[in-house]
Amino acid sequence: MDSTLIARDDGPAVEMHIALDLLRRALWVAPVLIVLFGAIWGLPGAASTAYAIVLVVANFLLAAALLSWTARISLSLMMATALFGYLVRLAIIFAAVWIVRDAAWVEIVPLGIAIVVTHLGLLFWEMRYVSATLAFPGLKPATKGS
Amino acid sequence: MSVLATIAQATETGALTAAELKNNAAASGAGLAYGLAAIGPGIGIGYLVGQSVQAMARQPEAAGTVRTTMFLGIAFTEALALIGFVVFILLKFA
Repeated sequence: MDSTLIARDDGPAVEMHIALDLLRRALWVAPVLIVLFGAIWGLPGAASTAYAIVLVVANFLLAAALLSWTARISLSLMMATALFGYLVRLAIIFAAVWIVRDAAWVEIVPLGIAIVVTHLGLLFWEMRYVSATLAFPGLKPATKGS
Repeated sequence: MSVLATIAQATETGALTAAELKNNAAASGAGLAYGLAAIGPGIGIGYLVGQSVQAMARQPEAAGTVRTTMFLGIAFTEALALIGFVVFILLKFA
């Protein structure tokens, strides 16, 4: 069999490490967003924001778990999983929103805004930490407040 | 027969009201926006992961760094699709 098909990476699961880091940061961000959107859109706004944050974090965790798992099997499989996983995860998010769209506790506008804000906000926050770690491996940013 | 031609024919025959026509147009626009918004990130993720695999093959000792950057890149690229999805749900359900 061609070596490119069986090449794999047995190193640590860095994706899961990042995803768990994102989850930890989301636990800090969630109360702020829920209170803020709850103040603007009321109880449905708060519930929708919480639902959006859960969706975003679950999306990160699923992506990380799939990539970490397949990287240990084959890099080619990881590549295929990255592409098809993208489609599958989009479909899951679509289905998750479609199911609750008419529920009494759902407000579509804060749900949509919270999905984008949480996703991008968490990523920029994590990127700040990761880029500093990669640029200055000996000078990792302090854990406190990172 | 195209969708627009079908809608035009239905309007002429009185089968569709103006409100229904507007709803149909909004649904078509929202679906088109979501579909188009998913194409770009798909190409981006394919290119990104392809280059990352190549980098890992060339320098296996840097695989951890490459995978870290790759995962963040995938997540950032996916944000574009999520923005398209949010536009879709705002047009369709809000």
